[in-house]
Amino acid sequence: MSSLSVNHLLGIKDLTREDLELIFHTAEEFKDVINRPIKKVPSLRDITVANLFFENSTRTRLSFELAEKRLSADVVNFSAGSSSVKKGETLVDTVNNILSMKVDMVVMRHPNPGAPHYLSTQVDTVIVNAGDGTHEHPTQALLDAFSMREQHGDLKGARVAIVGDIKHSRVALSNIYCLKKLGAEVTICGPTTLIPKHAESLGVRVSHDLDETLKWCDVANMLRIQLERQGSEDDVSYFPSLREYSMQFGLTEERLDALNKKITIMHPGPINRGVEITSGIADHTDSIILDQVENGVAVRMAVLYLLASTIRRN
Amino acid sequence: MKPATLIDPQLLDLIIGRLCHQLIENHDDFSRSAVVGIQPRGAELADRIAARLHEIDPALGVDVGKLDITFHRDDFRRRDEPLAPNSTEINFLVEGKRVILVDDVLYTGRTIRAGMDALLSFGRPESVELLVLVDRRFTRHLPISPTYVGKAVDSYDNQRVHVDLQPAKGKSKVLLYTTSDE
Repeated sequence: MSSLSVNHLLGIKDLTREDLELIFHTAEEFKDVINRPIKKVPSLRDITVANLFFENSTRTRLSFELAEKRLSADVVNFSAGSSSVKKGETLVDTVNNILSMKVDMVVMRHPNPGAPHYLSTQVDTVIVNAGDGTHEHPTQALLDAFSMREQHGDLKGARVAIVGDIKHSRVALSNIYCLKKLGAEVTICGPTTLIPKHAESLGVRVSHDLDETLKWCDVANMLRIQLERQGSEDDVSYFPSLREYSMQFGLTEERLDALNKKITIMHPGPINRGVEITSGIADHTDSIILDQVENGVAVRMAVLYLLASTIRRN
Repeated sequence: MKPATLIDPQLLDLIIGRLCHQLIENHDDFSRSAVVGIQPRGAELADRIAARLHEIDPALGVDVGKLDITFHRDDFRRRDEPLAPNSTEINFLVEGKRVILVDDVLYTGRTIRAGMDALLSFGRPESVELLVLVDRRFTRHLPISPTYVGKAVDSYDNQRVHVDLQPAKGKSKVLLYTTSDE
């Protein structure tokens, strides 16, 4: 089988195990492409992609833009800050206006969960979700799993810990869906306030003890503490202080040394050095944070390539 | 309909031997040359040729590469399913080399067009030659002609040439299928 079972990438939830394998296989070839002297292939040269970012992003947006350019697609960028969204235009109107300029695919990040799903029912284009609020961030989960596979091979039975702010994290939810589909075991770890209720229903273990979780796992994915969501939204603080958080849930060299085993350390970025991981851990030999970023381009190329093949001319 | 045999195992062996001698005639000791097979079957053929070259003269150091052209094809999206890519293995510098591009069957020439495009993304070779096992004549969509030909055949559009290099040594063959429903 060499095509995806979906026409959009809205979330990992909609993908099959075969879809995941196909994306990984294709991404391996694209990783090879982006390490060549000429890092570009002409596959998408007749495709125009609009990157619609209704929420801030550096890495994901750059990664998508590079992936599009390395596939030879034409790219237009849009950020909500400098657009007519501020003048009150609706999402569907905005997108339809962009589509009438003959755009074939839309990569969208939006602060509202489900925005890309809604859009996919309203407009006729291929949609790639680049993060929707606290819901899903499928390409991040794909690149995380791809990076884990590079280290550990098949993820069946692999033990993966996701540590930090699970409640607000779209990365955590997409990762859980993805890892469960690949047969990995997942433990989520964080303060009670940052673990969603009924998290066990996703088939994961829940822990509030980082040392115990580290002993158990092969891979630790350390999520970013989303400072912008602390005490802002509804004036809620989820933990007393950053210092207390990092004492309990921050990964330090001492904690790693005490393990007497090698674990792979991941972080989706941007890192708050000294909060969820120390500087020493971020630059540690067991950390694959920069590999994740490199793989991000290859995985996004694979997703765009596979979805673009569904676009028909005439 | 039963397929006709275009090249039987004995003839295939003779043809590969002849092609190798032609290559040696033009490429001397291969120090500035490289053989690059187009995935999947051109790569198998390239391996066969490299092995034979080594048999003829063990002193020849032949660089052999595999080239996948999936991302360079021009029929992307004209197919029902995207093509699954194969791996590319070119572990030498193409820059300044005399490259012999190898494929099993030359038909419309589109694969070779994509192959040249893919090859150039590894650098600028001094020259590119084309070796094919079967040249289906008068079927070209592009102005491409081979440098070395195993066997030239005249065929109809509803026929399909299948090169089978996989089976155990001595059983490889080239078949011509005719499909009546096209």
